[in-house]
Amino acid sequence: MAREMTGAQMVLKALADQDVEHIFGYPGGAVLPIYDEIFQRNDIQHILVRHEQGAVHAAEGYARSTGKPGVVLVTSGPGATNAVTGLTDALMDSIPIVCITGQVPTHLIGNDAFQECDTVGITRPCTKHNYLVKDVNDLARVMHEAFYVAISGRPGPVVVDIPKDVQFASGEYVGPSNVKHKTYRPTVTGSQDAIRAAVDLMAGARKPILYSGGGVINSGPAASQLLRELVRLTGFPITSTLMGLGAFPASGKEWLGMLGMHGTYEANMAMHDCDVMVCIGARFDDRITGRLDAFSPDSKKIHIDIDPSSINKNVHVDLPVIGDVGHVLEELIRVWKARTPELDAKAIADWWQQIEQWRARKSLSFRNRDDVIMPQYAIQRLYELTKDHDTFITTEVGQHQMWAAQHYHFEEPNRWMTSGGLGTMGYGLPAAVGVQKAHPDALVIDIAGEASVLMNMQEMSTAVQFDLPVKIFIVNNQYMGMVRQWQELLHGGRYAHSYTDALPDFVKLAEAYQCVGIRAEKPAELDDAIKEMIAVRKPVIFDCVVDQVENCYPMIPSGEAHNNMLLGNADEGGELKDAISEEGKVLV
Amino acid sequence: MSTSSAQSHYPSATYTPTTESHTLSVLVDNEPGVLARVIGLFSGRGYNIDSLTVSETEHESHLSRITMVTTGTPMVIEQIIHQLERLVPIHSVTDLTVDGNPLERELALVKVAGKGDARVEALRLAEAFRAQVIDASTEHFVFEITGRLNKIEQFITLMQPLGLVEVARTGIAAIGRGKEAM
Repeated sequence: MAREMTGAQMVLKALADQDVEHIFGYPGGAVLPIYDEIFQRNDIQHILVRHEQGAVHAAEGYARSTGKPGVVLVTSGPGATNAVTGLTDALMDSIPIVCITGQVPTHLIGNDAFQECDTVGITRPCTKHNYLVKDVNDLARVMHEAFYVAISGRPGPVVVDIPKDVQFASGEYVGPSNVKHKTYRPTVTGSQDAIRAAVDLMAGARKPILYSGGGVINSGPAASQLLRELVRLTGFPITSTLMGLGAFPASGKEWLGMLGMHGTYEANMAMHDCDVMVCIGARFDDRITGRLDAFSPDSKKIHIDIDPSSINKNVHVDLPVIGDVGHVLEELIRVWKARTPELDAKAIADWWQQIEQWRARKSLSFRNRDDVIMPQYAIQRLYELTKDHDTFITTEVGQHQMWAAQHYHFEEPNRWMTSGGLGTMGYGLPAAVGVQKAHPDALVIDIAGEASVLMNMQEMSTAVQFDLPVKIFIVNNQYMGMVRQWQELLHGGRYAHSYTDALPDFVKLAEAYQCVGIRAEKPAELDDAIKEMIAVRKPVIFDCVVDQVENCYPMIPSGEAHNNMLLGNADEGGELKDAISEEGKVLV
Repeated sequence: MSTSSAQSHYPSATYTPTTESHTLSVLVDNEPGVLARVIGLFSGRGYNIDSLTVSETEHESHLSRITMVTTGTPMVIEQIIHQLERLVPIHSVTDLTVDGNPLERELALVKVAGKGDARVEALRLAEAFRAQVIDASTEHFVFEITGRLNKIEQFITLMQPLGLVEVARTGIAAIGRGKEAM
């Protein structure tokens, strides 16, 4: 099996053996031997980004939309440090990434050499694992281990740092089937006892709720199907985190919408009042729980998660089930079917009636206008006009991201790519590039804010070069809208540096990038403009000029409980000033 | 329900925090950076390290044993163990405190300088504590003392008025009781 080859050849051979077709990267001195190999082979396509952060986000978009790991190749020093934001983003959102970084030759490590940085030191806390390969004979094993670690258990980013002399040196290549990791064996099948106990608890529920998250998506399409089957079997209401949208179809009658800080009234109220909560592949993040000591006070909590450290981290759970969501749901459904428990139909009907009353508050409604485009209306129209296409949505971070989560409705998993945990402005455009590379014929739209998108605007150049017809739909209110919203609620309306003076003319900017620019300023022209955007087979920057001061509601103010939401339409005016307590102000 | 927000929503208020001290034994691959991973986890997540000892204990398989003493609420201790287990090069994490009353020993080197009665008293106390003299001149002793944490603390306190000038300590090494390995 073993074959003699150079380190650079091993990298490419290992990528090919791992079925990698595309890598996102940027060359530099310390990775030139690997680039030389890429030049001489044609089985792996390299997509040249314009900034290393863009490379990682593109790989994240690629990974999220396909379920396969994303691969990144960058040089030493600034190449590696520029990748750090993307790596942290992938760690927070559990996205499998293998990032290969060049390093100065081994004899120069520690000498402050040109473009040297302590890559493994810098990336240790922002990766699932990382390696510095000092011996070429370890390289093939490390490459295969990196893929194994990135995709196994709770997925995450792995860095492989390869000094330039190791890329040139010759050694023996081993294939993936000869590599077995020494220690890393995540638990995937849940304990039978725990699953039976979960069925017991669920069967006795009077006010149940299912709360699913990104773990369902990460577990693969089968897990989403199983989740749907579970809802069909039990008839329980279901809500989801930002990361889990699409696992359950938004058109399903059991769907309550997203929960959390900007979730729907019915989802948050049901979370607060439920008696049995089944958390499926989510992690009780602070955006979800709000004030912890008032979080769902009267419920028994079941938590299905592949990562034992997620259990009891923020919220005490009564019944943990450690394992992969897909495996656990399959078993849970089997046990449920074998037992066919008799539910308390009366209680559950009452519960649904209560939920319908909450739903009747129509917490996502807004005052539409005909003289100016409301941002929510823009997303609604975008949804209506694109839902019948093969559509993938990415976002940047801020108000537009929350409006997209509220008003764009997802029927399938892997269709929604957003930076949840880290909240990285500048994620959406490069992520869209990655998604489009994986799905060349699909309609890929980055729902963007004008501030976020400028953080990685240079990736338009990548989209043009590689003929990736991404659509950048900018909800343009000239403000960092979420910052402005918080300044309005918390800081007396003193809008320190949240207004962007001197924005570029996005239509002209599109033309400068040799793609298409479209602008819509009035509601009456919006539909035609969106249709025009869809029809263009080129990258588009769409400048959707919207109302400048609209806020994103509903909202759980920081430091408050789920049942203490602000509903925009009802609460406008004086009440908002005092909505956030002094203690809440220190929170993010 | 707008209750007064006396607490932030980060620490759980339904839970009264009582901190406990736990001794953990962590088996790791002895590879570069592994200690940095463990230490970085503690500093990054704000956990305490009261004592830390590391050495390769199984040379053929290149396994090192890290013994650490940490304090935290039971919820934090549980998190620490799970977070450690999540690190890829870690073989096992054993909470010796939960498994029973472990044997814990520390070694200290204690330098005491002085003349006359203080010097005689220091030597007499050292004998009582079964400390060895490993270096001496007419004006100083260096004692080697091994034992449990409180014995060493007590010895050092007693040496203070007798001319204590310097202390070096190893941190705690710990092992479970009985014939079973962990």
